[in-house]
Amino acid sequence: MSDFTSGFWPIYISVLTLVSILGTWVFLKSQTTRKFAPGEKAELMEHTWDGDLQDLNNPLPRWWLGLFYGTMIFGLGYLALWPGLGNFAGLLGWTSKGEYQAEVKAAEAKFQPMYAGFMKQDVATVAADPNARAIGKHLFLTYCSQCHGSDAMGAKGFPNLTDNDWLYGGEPDTIVATITNGRAGVMPAWEPILGAQGVKQVANYVLSLSGRKHDAALAEAGKAKFAENCAACHMPDGTGMKALGAPNLTDKVWLYGGSEATIIETISKGRNGVMPALTQTLGTTSNKEAKLHLLAAYVYGLSQQK
Amino acid sequence: MISHENIEKNLGLLIVLTILIVSVGGLVQIVPLFFQTSTTTPVEGLKPYTALQLMGRDIYIREGCVGCHSQMIRPFRAETERYGHYSVAGEYVYDRPFLWGSKRTGPDLARVGGRYSDAWQVAHLMNPRDVVPESIMPAYPWLDRPLKDTGIQAKMRTLDIVGHGYTEQEIAEAPAALQGKTELDAVIAYLQVLGTHAPKN
Repeated sequence: MSDFTSGFWPIYISVLTLVSILGTWVFLKSQTTRKFAPGEKAELMEHTWDGDLQDLNNPLPRWWLGLFYGTMIFGLGYLALWPGLGNFAGLLGWTSKGEYQAEVKAAEAKFQPMYAGFMKQDVATVAADPNARAIGKHLFLTYCSQCHGSDAMGAKGFPNLTDNDWLYGGEPDTIVATITNGRAGVMPAWEPILGAQGVKQVANYVLSLSGRKHDAALAEAGKAKFAENCAACHMPDGTGMKALGAPNLTDKVWLYGGSEATIIETISKGRNGVMPALTQTLGTTSNKEAKLHLLAAYVYGLSQQK
Repeated sequence: MISHENIEKNLGLLIVLTILIVSVGGLVQIVPLFFQTSTTTPVEGLKPYTALQLMGRDIYIREGCVGCHSQMIRPFRAETERYGHYSVAGEYVYDRPFLWGSKRTGPDLARVGGRYSDAWQVAHLMNPRDVVPESIMPAYPWLDRPLKDTGIQAKMRTLDIVGHGYTEQEIAEAPAALQGKTELDAVIAYLQVLGTHAPKN
């Protein structure tokens, strides 16, 4: 709270606050009539409204008066102990930042020993540990499920993580790298180069790669175009390239859909598959590394079960 | 001496004294904030919203997103673990009005920029259940329509009055920057910049 543009403001705040409280105190005191002796009657106030409307000057109820003074005493006590009067930090030295840091520190002390154990093991070992998987699942639900689904089965355009089919590779190190730095899989739009008919031919050739129903004549015509334009990333046999995240086209796994219409759309307009980097997202504590480790292990383990 | 009777019978005096008493709280709690560096200095790298982001922000307000999504991460571990560094005052220097919100039916969005891909945002706004089956967020399919009647230059000039500092060139180029954009583009441009200048963890 020490970043006021001038020294006037802390004084302004303190004076106004204290004068308000003390002023209220003095005012209340000056206006309070003493309690009546037994049998004493309240006097009539001087003013008369609407011809005959008058009121009695009764003393304030003592319980109410007590509450009022109590509130002011509480206020002064609060201002002495906690920040409130300009630059004065309060006798307790409390700050919201300090409270937060203490909370983080306590959590780190509590979880660090457990995390340290997992950090000594490699990803594959951690993935086999049911306790680690339970933690990993919660991390996954917090940070990953929005795109990959709470069951990790993905959605259109967002990879299924349970099928052991990997765009960039499913080795522990690769998974860690993917989570840390994110991925950007860019497929350019091919319609300007291939033309509408060319796209249809290539699409049918792609369908033939995984043995789906296709038009043989179109596929035959698309074969050469595939070799010329697509093989650079998807490889001549269509099995893809993990370094670029170019999908294997010969299996039954389709990221955006495997119908002829969808494949034509993919080839015509291209695709931009983006996985954001999670370095800034994985929390703020020193346990971040451990969380990454456990998360990677959980994701690795998803496709290792049977 | 001002007596009870004088105050009650003199309306002008009653009004002046009432305003004086009622304004003490604001004078102590609100006025000094305008003279505090941490509330008036933008965090490093923070820029006023671009024309497209500004339009997206207005659509965010129009659609009432603030009713379910806060933009304020409190300094609690449970929040920083999920959303990132707690919010600081300097992040909101160019937010007029603030969209802090007071209720989280959906998650906080103060750090949502860059957390999801543009493609995810498109799919999610068109129909949240396509990507998050458990979601209770309404779909906003009508956002996929061109921006129109933006009045963007008037908006930027108005914000200049309170110190956003748009240059004449930025204002001149604003309509062109919105050319051919949809409301969806604008909202996503806004969402993708939220929290990108947050303090690093």
